[in-house]
Amino acid sequence: MDDILIIGAGQAGMQLAVSLRDLGFTGPITLSGSEASGPYQRPPLSKAYLSGEADVETLELRAPSFYDDKHITLRCDDAVVAVEFTGERGVATTASGARIEFAQLALTPGSEPRRLQIEGGDLDGVLYLRDLSDADELKGRWDAAANVVVIGGGFIGLEVAAAARKAGKAVTVLEAADRLIARAVSPITSEFYRQAHRRRGTDVRLDARIARLVGETAVAGVELEDGELIPADLVLIGIGVVPRSGLAEQLGLELSGGAIVVDEFARTSDPRIVAAGDAVLLPHPLGGEGRVRLESVQNAVDQAKVAAATLIGKLEPYRAVPWFWSDQADLKLQIAGLSSGFDEAVLRGNPDDEHFSVLYYRDGQLIAIDSVNDAPDYMAVRRALGQNATIPADQAPDTSRPLKSLVVPSPA
Amino acid sequence: MPDITYISPDGTSTTLEARLGDSVMEVAVKHGVEGIVAECGGACSCATCHVYVDEAFTDRVGGAGDLEDDMLDGAAAERLPNSRLSCQIKMRDELDGLLVRIAPEQL
Repeated sequence: MDDILIIGAGQAGMQLAVSLRDLGFTGPITLSGSEASGPYQRPPLSKAYLSGEADVETLELRAPSFYDDKHITLRCDDAVVAVEFTGERGVATTASGARIEFAQLALTPGSEPRRLQIEGGDLDGVLYLRDLSDADELKGRWDAAANVVVIGGGFIGLEVAAAARKAGKAVTVLEAADRLIARAVSPITSEFYRQAHRRRGTDVRLDARIARLVGETAVAGVELEDGELIPADLVLIGIGVVPRSGLAEQLGLELSGGAIVVDEFARTSDPRIVAAGDAVLLPHPLGGEGRVRLESVQNAVDQAKVAAATLIGKLEPYRAVPWFWSDQADLKLQIAGLSSGFDEAVLRGNPDDEHFSVLYYRDGQLIAIDSVNDAPDYMAVRRALGQNATIPADQAPDTSRPLKSLVVPSPA
Repeated sequence: MPDITYISPDGTSTTLEARLGDSVMEVAVKHGVEGIVAECGGACSCATCHVYVDEAFTDRVGGAGDLEDDMLDGAAAERLPNSRLSCQIKMRDELDGLLVRIAPEQL
């Protein structure tokens, strides 16, 4: 039988199942997840869900009836703990002891928060944010918390910090590096966010050195190496994620830095197995150097589509333009392309107006944009990158002309 | 619970019941209505849930906000006076019977 098992029921796993049906696959599909809920949106967990503007039903990616209609067997709350191939067929075993047989396998395991190894790290009130249960715990402590310390100045940390300030809490962000969001944006954008959060009353500390978290049973503060004690009744740690690659390891798949290595068709080192989403290291989708791991909804969706096509024997290389967004207070950051490896950054607009873009170039070719509160700039670059077009760097700063009017074909 | 009718680009008509407060995009996506992509999940970040609001409802639905207005300028299909991003239309009782045509291209 031509049955497909998808392990991991997040954004990528759900999309893979849906895309298989969209592509005309009629065989059995099982979508297996470890969480109690079916596939849901994670991005609102650090934003609208926290503020109460979205509830669990809002977060659902599809209505429960959708899976029945599409004949997708959704198995929740029962993680696959072992998986192996015996000849042509494979079998997965779940935590409850169920056996799921399959002919083809897709891994969409996602990632989990990197844990901070520090004294006091297991005190009550020290939280991480990845899934719905994390968000519910954070929400349950939210109203009573007056002093919030965020460890890690990346997207998750800054989004939670913004929500906490908006709710009137005293907020401190502790970042170990010398700038915020250092992995994803240039120093110009990093510095803008430092200032923007400070303007909104958040105490942002760069080069922060944390000695320990202090408290009896519940956390009461964060002690820095210089002896300063920052009071905290809630500590949110957002210092990056670790790919969940345990099953891939069992299957003997090639890993790199803990991530599952795939080719441009989402195939792992075992051609019978595809993988997609946060846990995957893929060739640069726009022809840049090296391999990348992309933690985004866009990547989960687009890579899952490629993986689904591969499973039905229709090879289509991954060429999607990466894009990303982050909502912090009234600041909407939109990113298109991948800026890593840029040799020139061009500022368009004035960061002090909280309305500007940074365009990134490599060897004179446009490779990415960060836009803050400037959707037209972002859309212009996203389209240009998808059409192998560019914007001359010397013209990009001219805000008297719409960016989309400056787009020209890339030199051959 | 108010009803919404979607006309997909291929002419298919789908009528669904909405929960009050749900967006026109969410109701469609959760039930697999063809043609609404909604890559960003409703954050007004992708312009892939573009619809044309039927003229009988344009006044009640209202116009696009500033950000949505900007995003619509970058939408893949032609922008018309009744263009909206369906993630930004929240359902309320007075929109019962809402009819939207899904834009022919989203990406």
